[in-house]
Amino acid sequence: MGISETYTRGRELAVERPFVLVVAAVLALLGFDVVRQLATPGGLSTARLATYLWDGLVVGLSIGLAGVGLSMTYSILNFANFGHGDYVTSGAFAGWAVTWLFAGAGQFDLSTLLFIGSLSTTDLGVSILSTPLAIVVGLVVAAAAAIVLSLAIDRVVYRPMRDQEGIALLIASIGVALALRYTIYIVFGQRTRGLTDAQSVPELALPVGGGQTLAIGGHEVTLVVVAATLMLGVHLLLQTTKLGKAMRAMADNEDLARVTGIPTERVVRFTWIIGGGLAGAGGFLIALERGAMNFQFGWVLLLLIFAAVILGGIGSIYGAMFGGVTMGLAQNLSLVWIPSEFSTVAAFGVMIFVLLFKPEGLFSGVTTA
Amino acid sequence: MSSPTETADASAATGAGDGREIPGWTPYRAWFRDQWAQGGAVAWGTALGHLFVGLVAFALVVGFDVGSLPIGGSLVWFVYLSLTVVVLYAATAPPAEPYVAWLDDRWMESDTDKLLIILGHVVAVFFLFAVALGLPFNGLAGALGSVFFFTAVYAMMVLALNLHWGYAGIFNIGIAGFMAVGVYVMAILSTPVDAGPTGVPGLGLPLPIGILGGVVAAAVVGLVAALPALRLRADYFAIVTVALSEIIRLSLNSRVLQEFTVAGVTTGTGGATGKTMPGNPIRLLFYESFDPGAGPALLGSVLFPVFEGLRVQLIPPNSFLVGVVPLPAFTLDLAVEPPVIVNWAYVAVLVGAVALFYVLLVRTGNSPFGRVLKAIREDEVVAKSLGKDTNRFKIVAFMFGCGLMGLGGILWQGSQGFANPNAFRPIITFYIWVALIIGGAGSNTGSVLGGALFAGLIWEGPVYVRRVVTNYVELGGTPGTFPAAVGPFVEGEVLPFLAYMLGNISALRFVLVGVILVALMQTRPEGLLGHRKEEAAAIPLGRPTERAGGEGGTPRPTRSRTGATARRG
Repeated sequence: MGISETYTRGRELAVERPFVLVVAAVLALLGFDVVRQLATPGGLSTARLATYLWDGLVVGLSIGLAGVGLSMTYSILNFANFGHGDYVTSGAFAGWAVTWLFAGAGQFDLSTLLFIGSLSTTDLGVSILSTPLAIVVGLVVAAAAAIVLSLAIDRVVYRPMRDQEGIALLIASIGVALALRYTIYIVFGQRTRGLTDAQSVPELALPVGGGQTLAIGGHEVTLVVVAATLMLGVHLLLQTTKLGKAMRAMADNEDLARVTGIPTERVVRFTWIIGGGLAGAGGFLIALERGAMNFQFGWVLLLLIFAAVILGGIGSIYGAMFGGVTMGLAQNLSLVWIPSEFSTVAAFGVMIFVLLFKPEGLFSGVTTA
Repeated sequence: MSSPTETADASAATGAGDGREIPGWTPYRAWFRDQWAQGGAVAWGTALGHLFVGLVAFALVVGFDVGSLPIGGSLVWFVYLSLTVVVLYAATAPPAEPYVAWLDDRWMESDTDKLLIILGHVVAVFFLFAVALGLPFNGLAGALGSVFFFTAVYAMMVLALNLHWGYAGIFNIGIAGFMAVGVYVMAILSTPVDAGPTGVPGLGLPLPIGILGGVVAAAVVGLVAALPALRLRADYFAIVTVALSEIIRLSLNSRVLQEFTVAGVTTGTGGATGKTMPGNPIRLLFYESFDPGAGPALLGSVLFPVFEGLRVQLIPPNSFLVGVVPLPAFTLDLAVEPPVIVNWAYVAVLVGAVALFYVLLVRTGNSPFGRVLKAIREDEVVAKSLGKDTNRFKIVAFMFGCGLMGLGGILWQGSQGFANPNAFRPIITFYIWVALIIGGAGSNTGSVLGGALFAGLIWEGPVYVRRVVTNYVELGGTPGTFPAAVGPFVEGEVLPFLAYMLGNISALRFVLVGVILVALMQTRPEGLLGHRKEEAAAIPLGRPTERAGGEGGTPRPTRSRTGATARRG
């Protein structure tokens, strides 16, 4: 009885959802291969694997942080916002301008600082240990600037188009993305600029067995801590406040929400505030972790953010976080097998693969919670 | 409606016309309108007469100095021309009205007229640019050749996209990827086996086979993308296509595929450095070989000397008007250099290709197949419940469009002798979308017009504006950074700021594209001709209405505007 039941269930699974089995098989195969490579002398070292995992986590959290906002606007306003990546960039530039101003005021020319011009990052010496205040202020300003920007753009661009369908808004958001990105280009220039003083950032060395260590940068820790805190905050906000309930209602059925007396415009405004704020903070932290940025890093990141959000299921902030970490891990762990040039390709591949077989995403059904 | 300057003119004319109280003006206006209304030779004679009067008046004022300048000399020539235009405008202010009316009239007339109006205005604008820059005729021909090149390639790409979005409602933002597949497969198939020390060898097949291979490959990649992905929602599908195009670009960019050997054949993508494309066969019509120093052959040996010596001496030296007034020597310089001629020949080929695309798409759109596509665009569930296998239709349409995108890519990026993966960034996809939206999704004529407007006014226009401004305004040094440009601006000095902005004109162009995209989506999402979006029916669906003053008062069904024009595509 027990055996035949198991057999029937197994058969059902194989017939109805062969995809699950294939994925399980592929993952098992990859896992086995990792173990084999670890066991082979001179093959993959534990430290390298740990580095891949840690880097994957860091990249994944930054993608997830930026993705939460995208996911929220996607589910509540019903369009894929292609401008989100440039909100990330704008927030980062605003935040870093202020961070530099705080760190270098009095020492350097003000306009050079404010426009993140060319000066030696070693002399400026920005890092989480040496100038914590500047970084905190920068983080706040980054979030605030992105909030103001997204509210202003919503007022000018999206609000007159509220009744249009998603594709029209999507096309408009592409226009917003172009205009924003190249405005930043004109104001700040096109070069990739160094931001932090890499030397003064402390590195922790964690033993990972076999006498090897994993180096963890202070800025990476900052990103992980702040990202986790912010995500927890958003979670609490959405779960415990009336606003969160209103957002979930609106994501579910906008007309019904309005009939029930939910002030939908105000919910939309709060959506932009949370989404924009997270985008700006995310951009600032990503630039902090990388120690450099240019005018299009948000745009380059956007496809990965989309991938993460879709992977997790649009509208679910846990989905966005989970999807982000999956993307980061896929991107970094793929380095075990393929050259680094293809790591982004691998991440996109994972996204397309998931979309094809589970179009609603992994956390489907859970919207804005 | 056709160009911003024109509508501005029209509003200026009506605005100024109301408050003007010059004695004799009103009868003059009435007279002019009468003349104009007669149409034909009388109207044109009146207009040209005004032009001539303006010209003579100005020539008298300036004192015949003009001709001693080389054509388009510089500021004086430009001032002369602008003044002539102003004199003409002032003398014929009422004609602005008939002109706009005439434009409106022609605009409604036929699609050829729409195309001619747009292209005519683009040519006129670039003629002004050329005159302002003091370009010789060769320069004007070169500039127009480049504008028409972009017009044609954008028209082709937009037509292909129109099949996806305008007909079938498939939201494809991975155009760059399909172009790249077409171009690279063509190049790999047709590059000679012995590609020299720096080049990457190919298979050495004849070019037509290479092009066919590229088109088929693009269609097959379309199939691979469409088979599973068309089940997705439109926005998911969009993200899959853009991710696919990035996957293709990153793969082309990688070092691994730069040069590889499969089954004993060595070939590759050339990686980030790019790949040499097979020579453009049009060149062989004019030159003996693809080498830079090759001698002229066939057409070249006939046409080059003819066009190089094309100078007409209108006023020989030492001539006098009526034997008294001395006239300056004046030679009309129409010489054209060989490279420009070759470019124009290729543009002619592209125009043929655009015509081919157009006919193909109009026929497709009007076929039963196209009707099903339109039905899918309107409501897929309905189409499905009428027994149509919508997925199959969508896949075929998607493959067809992707193949055309591959062909368009080959004719565009593959014709320039060299291509690298950077040419296939997602941005190029969005350009094509902007052009489609300007023209109006769903209309094939609109697609071509959108391509022309985008290429002429948004793509090439700003560059010439910069050249014209830098030609006349002594800008001084361009500031290196934004604060260095804004600082003086705050203190009242405009020039450094202007110089900085003009130096960044290519970035400004992107901002312009973005703003136009937003403005169009807000105010006119249907674009120039999108209101003609074809209905998914073989017969007009307009509500039968009683025509005002219909014959004998009998109710008579008239076709709605969309219905009436639907047949034209």
